[in-house]
Amino acid sequence: MIDARGLSCPMPVLAVQREVKKNQPDTIEVLVDNMTAVGNITRFAASQRYSVKVEEADGEYRMTLSK
Amino acid sequence: MEKQQSGFAGFVKRNWLVILTGLIVGAAAVVLTALGNPKNMGFCIACFERDIAGSLKFHSAEVVQYFRPEIVGLVLGAMIMSMIRKEWKPQGGSSPITRFVLGMLVMIGALVFLGCPLRMVIRIGGGDVNALIGLLGFIAGIVIGTFPLRFGFTLNRAYKQNKAEGLVFPILLAVLFVLSLLPELFSRSEQGPGSQHAPWIAALLIAIVVGALCQRSRLCMAGGVRDVVLFKDFHLIYGFLAIIVAVLVGNLITHNFKFGLADQPIAHTDGIFNFLGMALVGWGSVLLGGCPLRQLILAGEGNSDSAVTVFGFIAGAAVSHNFGLASSAKGIGAGPVLWVLIAGFVILAALSVFNTKRRV
Repeated sequence: MIDARGLSCPMPVLAVQREVKKNQPDTIEVLVDNMTAVGNITRFAASQRYSVKVEEADGEYRMTLSK
Repeated sequence: MEKQQSGFAGFVKRNWLVILTGLIVGAAAVVLTALGNPKNMGFCIACFERDIAGSLKFHSAEVVQYFRPEIVGLVLGAMIMSMIRKEWKPQGGSSPITRFVLGMLVMIGALVFLGCPLRMVIRIGGGDVNALIGLLGFIAGIVIGTFPLRFGFTLNRAYKQNKAEGLVFPILLAVLFVLSLLPELFSRSEQGPGSQHAPWIAALLIAIVVGALCQRSRLCMAGGVRDVVLFKDFHLIYGFLAIIVAVLVGNLITHNFKFGLADQPIAHTDGIFNFLGMALVGWGSVLLGGCPLRQLILAGEGNSDSAVTVFGFIAGAAVSHNFGLASSAKGIGAGPVLWVLIAGFVILAALSVFNTKRRV
């Protein structure tokens, strides 16, 4: 689980990129707290052929990226 | 589950909003110029915050003093849209003093070039080749700034704040704006760029629309180049290009297009300083996580770190004019411009190194 809450742009998507480069996992869970990060990570995930699921709860977004 | 659509339909689906926003920002710049704003400016965040600094008597450059309604409108538009979208979120506490200093440096660089990244794009659309040299500097600064990002640069987390913290900045701006309508209270230029302005109601309303669209689309000049460098993601760059297209077409229609280096409106031809000024802006903006326009939008969304950054911009504008660092159409300022730029790069390098940890 990557906790990218409160991090300003583009740190959340950079953290995801780092994880993908390092471990190339089949699923990645990311927690973010703004829609900009959701958009950035969704675009990056799509470029790496991951599907994205987003669940919102109390102003936070749990993103599940899976191949 | 979302899968990426390919082909033209997918391109449109992913990018229509940022392209539409870019087109409207560009059109707004042309319309505001036609209504009285300075040429090739229309909508310059750095210039307008500098004018606000002057109107509040933080500097005494008589030609650049006017409380620009555009700045107020952008913040209010972003605030309203983020509240409607339930994205308004009071947040802060991510290295505020560092952000203030970064804001000052970005503004000093912008006023050496004579424009923020948004005005740089608008100037390119007007045919100003000096702005292309500025663009090269901007890209160079962003590329440098992406290195600390790759190595784990962070200004640390922002945390949830009380509603009041998120409202202070928009309310302060709105109150100051109302006060600015009173005669004689704030300074107002009688000549020069500060005296050229669209009617306040038009400026305010257009800026509210633009601010709302920028909130929705996350348009960001620094983010555009940065995302291409870091992720080969062209999404935000399309907005950047859309502004150029809209401004170019608008300028051709209104007969304001002029290609070349010399005699461009409110610009100088000192290529080295145009390059260095925008390099400082690019590097600083990457560390801040967004260009001056984006900081205003985030401040409207309740981000008090971005509000502090905007105060940094205003302080930087005052320093620029009080110490002869700001350029004018005649050329660079009479102050120690080169030394301050060098100091600026040294400070950015130090902040880049000392805020870098190996991981997030």
